[in-house]
Amino acid sequence: MIRFDKVTKVLGRKTVLDNVSFEVGEGETFVIVGLSGAGKSVTLKHMIRLMLPDSGTVSIDGEAINLLGRGALREVRSKFGVLFQSAALLQWMNVRDNVALPLREHTKMPEEEIISRVNEKLELLSLDDAGDKFPSDISGGMQKRAGLARAIIMDPKIVLYDEPTSGLDPVTSRRIDDLIVNMRKRLGITSVVVTHDLHSALAIGSRIMMLHQGQIVENAPPAGFIKSKNETVQSFLESQYITKKGKWEELSHE
Amino acid sequence: MSYPVRSAERVGGQVIQLLHNTGHAMFMLLEATWFIQFAFGKRSRHETVTQLFVTGIKSLAVISVVAMFTGMILALQTGLELRRYGQEVYIGSAVAVSMIREMGPFMTGLIIAASVGSAIAAQLGTMTVSEEIAALEVMSINPNRFLVMPRLVALTLMMPVLTVYTNILGIMGGAIVGATQLGVSVTSYMNNATEFATNKDLYVGLFKAFIFGIIITTVSCHQGFMTREGAVGVGKATRRSVIISFLVILVVGYMVTRMFYI
Repeated sequence: MIRFDKVTKVLGRKTVLDNVSFEVGEGETFVIVGLSGAGKSVTLKHMIRLMLPDSGTVSIDGEAINLLGRGALREVRSKFGVLFQSAALLQWMNVRDNVALPLREHTKMPEEEIISRVNEKLELLSLDDAGDKFPSDISGGMQKRAGLARAIIMDPKIVLYDEPTSGLDPVTSRRIDDLIVNMRKRLGITSVVVTHDLHSALAIGSRIMMLHQGQIVENAPPAGFIKSKNETVQSFLESQYITKKGKWEELSHE
Repeated sequence: MSYPVRSAERVGGQVIQLLHNTGHAMFMLLEATWFIQFAFGKRSRHETVTQLFVTGIKSLAVISVVAMFTGMILALQTGLELRRYGQEVYIGSAVAVSMIREMGPFMTGLIIAASVGSAIAAQLGTMTVSEEIAALEVMSINPNRFLVMPRLVALTLMMPVLTVYTNILGIMGGAIVGATQLGVSVTSYMNNATEFATNKDLYVGLFKAFIFGIIITTVSCHQGFMTREGAVGVGKATRRSVIISFLVILVVGYMVTRMFYI
């Protein structure tokens, strides 16, 4: 579904992605972890061509997106919903209008149908009462959920999550994790999640890839990931008090 | 690497960056111009009307004060000189011609660049650093249609309108000073003003205002989109948009005057 083939990206004098190759299959929840500056968000931006690789190819459903024209790129992007780190809601619109924006821009749906679909998504994300509020009047967690409602309003095949739980309290973080799992179960959506939070990654991921200094140091299902012999992975796991023993031992979702 | 080579490399890099930025700004302007046909369509009507309101109505107070005092200062300065030769009756033409040809569009341009242009750069800059522009792109909503075009329509329509308003208030300010400080009656002031100011002066002034509208939109939107480095970057983009707009307005104002009067 998503394929990176020997992708290299240099920003300034730093090689952010160094000959990176991996694949994300349909229906997967693929989690990318790594330290700050490891190239996680850059990887995500390449998937929707917010960035272009210096060399290598990014393909979506077998189609290389590097050289696509504007029309074809629009077609490819219509397969994606993106939840940005800051939720990226337009501040001058209320939550309902933010969620309705893609429908108003890209469909000829009557307004009543738009409102009905928006309300359905808001309900799915427990935001029924927040529709008339502006982004600045709601909490960070609600903003993320509103951003997610907007990301899935066009029923995309793939949803990208850039640090979905950063800046949130542990309870809200777990709630967002549950939402991501639900998206996969209820809507069959393929998800790519970028996060620092290994607890979250192990709970939601069907596969976890770790980037370090622009290179892939591990790419395995959660059970395999925590058993990785790679030193960088081990120190990353230890930094978040995750050991091979305990509840992680029972991980089996793949 | 030796110092001269490093310097040459740095200068070359800056020239390439300047050309790249100019190209980006021109492409943005061309694309927004193409989208003008949709300005009052279903998807853009609300934003276009909002921008017309922000540019036209919200700037009226400051423009009124500046225009009135510009006319008053012009009348006082020229009137005092002309009085030495007993020719103060000519302040009408001096004020009218100065306002219509130059001061009206110029002062309006500066005020709009400082108020509306800086606000545009700050808003788009904030949207850029908070990933709202990236979100629009991912949703296949073209920022040049969604954000730049309504502002381009608003500024190019409202700049000439506001310039006419500035001209009227400036001439009125001059009349007040003429009547109260220089002993020139309003009737003779107005007669003198209408005798010397020509239609060409008005058209050239309005043409300048229109061009200034394009300049302010292009510079402020481009600076907003180029914003980096969070809140500090937004501050820098805002400051740069005002400075660049001022400079380009000055240069282009001179070139238009030269083109039509020499």
